[in-house]
Amino acid sequence: MKHVLESVESQFEMFQILNEDGKIVNKDDMPELSDDELKELMRRMVYTRVLDQRSIALNRQGRLGFYAPTAGQEASQLGSQFALEKDDFLLPGYRDVPQLIWQGLPLYQAFLFSRGHFHGNQMPEGVNAVSPQIIIGAQYVQTAGVALGIKKRGKKAVAVTYTGDGGTSQGDFYEGINFAGAYKAPAIFFVQNNYFAISVPVEKQTNAKTLAQKAVAAGIEGIQVDGMDVLAVYAVTKHARERAINGEGPMLIETLTYRYGPHTMAGDDPTRYRTDDLDNEWEKKDPLVRFRKFLEGKNLWSEEDESKVIEEAKEEIKKAIKQADEYPKQKVTDFISNMYEELPYNLQEQMEEYKEKESK
Amino acid sequence: MREITYLEAVREAMSLEMRKNKDVFILGEDIGVYGGAFGVTRGMIEEFGPERVRNTPISEAGIAGAAVGSALTGMRPILELQFSDFITIALDQIVNQAAKIRYMYGGKGKVPMVVRTPSGSGTGAAAQHSQSLEAWVTHIPGLKVVQPSTAYDAKGLLKAAMDDDNPVIFYEHKLLYKTSSDVPEEAYSLPLGKADVKREGSDVTIVATAIMVHRALEAAAELEKEGISIEVIDPCTLVPLDEETIIKSVVKTGRVVVVHEAVKRGGYGGEIASMIAESEAFDYLDAPIKRLGGAPSPVPYHPDLEKAHAPQVSNIIQAAKETLNKV
Repeated sequence: MKHVLESVESQFEMFQILNEDGKIVNKDDMPELSDDELKELMRRMVYTRVLDQRSIALNRQGRLGFYAPTAGQEASQLGSQFALEKDDFLLPGYRDVPQLIWQGLPLYQAFLFSRGHFHGNQMPEGVNAVSPQIIIGAQYVQTAGVALGIKKRGKKAVAVTYTGDGGTSQGDFYEGINFAGAYKAPAIFFVQNNYFAISVPVEKQTNAKTLAQKAVAAGIEGIQVDGMDVLAVYAVTKHARERAINGEGPMLIETLTYRYGPHTMAGDDPTRYRTDDLDNEWEKKDPLVRFRKFLEGKNLWSEEDESKVIEEAKEEIKKAIKQADEYPKQKVTDFISNMYEELPYNLQEQMEEYKEKESK
Repeated sequence: MREITYLEAVREAMSLEMRKNKDVFILGEDIGVYGGAFGVTRGMIEEFGPERVRNTPISEAGIAGAAVGSALTGMRPILELQFSDFITIALDQIVNQAAKIRYMYGGKGKVPMVVRTPSGSGTGAAAQHSQSLEAWVTHIPGLKVVQPSTAYDAKGLLKAAMDDDNPVIFYEHKLLYKTSSDVPEEAYSLPLGKADVKREGSDVTIVATAIMVHRALEAAAELEKEGISIEVIDPCTLVPLDEETIIKSVVKTGRVVVVHEAVKRGGYGGEIASMIAESEAFDYLDAPIKRLGGAPSPVPYHPDLEKAHAPQVSNIIQAAKETLNKV
């Protein structure tokens, strides 16, 4: 009788390129990115950090609604998105608004999403995505379907979905990766393991040492990545994308990361389940700090660059909030017409009634 | 008697039972140090430890299945589904397993579990976290369905639910958690299947559930000023339903308004109205039965629209007056 768990688990090692000091520790896997692309990655991370800070402030002022903070997860979110193409299809979770923004969702629409305005869920032409999933893990099974569709149409693209660690406890997770694996559908299942599903730590979610190893049971590739290392996340996602497009099947990517803030702005107090020590430990691994060090070593980033992005972000956020404020408010007739393709007779009557009211 | 909140009453009922019966345990998401999404289990892990206040993976099908399994083998699980909307994920275990096992085993198997779950709108939790889906489970023979409206009822009904050897779905209401009433300190049981007349009256019967009980009582107080006498009946349990109390009241008043927060179409109000129409009370009706329920739309996020979605005091007043032709 042979026990394999230990030997299987031991093979899942955290993939890293850039260590905490901003030094390359894995030259062989260093992605080919031009200096401009490296700078763009940094710009996006700084921008997104500012967006997070502003979004939290706007939420507290009552100017934004639902918001799930992102600080700490920039490398996981933006490193992966940077490896995607326009034709790829995104199925994000509620914390994954930044990926949508960099994939082309205008900022004002992201704000409208937060406010519960339906226009925030209307992806513009050319942005292949569904709006962020609220129900934990529901996007996994949908991703298998999107990937199957991509494969059937012979498109050179992938379906990419994002959840947190908690999402892997849902049946949908297993069913989704298994289904996609069975058809070698071009999918990437991206798990941002930030160690806490609201308050429950990952070791209470599962006895598995890594979440990446869950891929083995589905017969697909899985890898664990340093989610605070934007280069490693980029390299792994790019690799997963190439494999998927070449018909080699889906891949499960687990990034090890951390959310500095609360689960959402709806009253979560992380001090009830996390310690300051743990927060400090993770802040030392900060994705922006380490990538900044790396770029500064190459003379690609300066304080000036940094403040320029910060100013630019603040300016654009201000404009976007204004644009969101000015966007036509939702009307009752919108809700009536949004529900069904063709209005049933009873809604037809309501529509007439409200059209008249709204015209006054 | 001291006053405690509905939330504290639910917690107290569980704690009293858990001190007495080692087979009772709770399982659910974030119910440990976090104390549950609404704080119901706060402090319980400190008293009972992580084995009996068990934080689970985010896995509603898993939670429900584990509860069925443990109940079948002698435990008495209470499972907390973080939002009642998530019952969708747990329904196979609840509907096809928990509800059927005793029947299929010829009585040689029992599933004494309580599914506690918060429902209802009014907290700005939007379309996927605000529904009232209780009618779904009332349709399933083998399940009992409880919907307490006060702290006193919550404590007594939860005791009865925990003592019951059949699976019980126990709907708590998010907006009621912070409401208070007089609650005895000791354990007591309120029988499942017994309605409570929350207010006696002679002109119109209002059958209301959960938060609507409070709105009906407010409406009754307003209508009293106009000389209209309202009787408010809270069924407390939907299954089994105390038909007798409702029928008796309708025979007396000849007019009835049924009000719940769940979407009116397909809501449990239809069942109550049909039951009345099929009973001897039909002959005593002086006006058509009136039903009030949620609008047939997802629960909106905007606070004004969210409010408009569910029946409010003014709607209940209006409906009662309509049965009296006083509009």
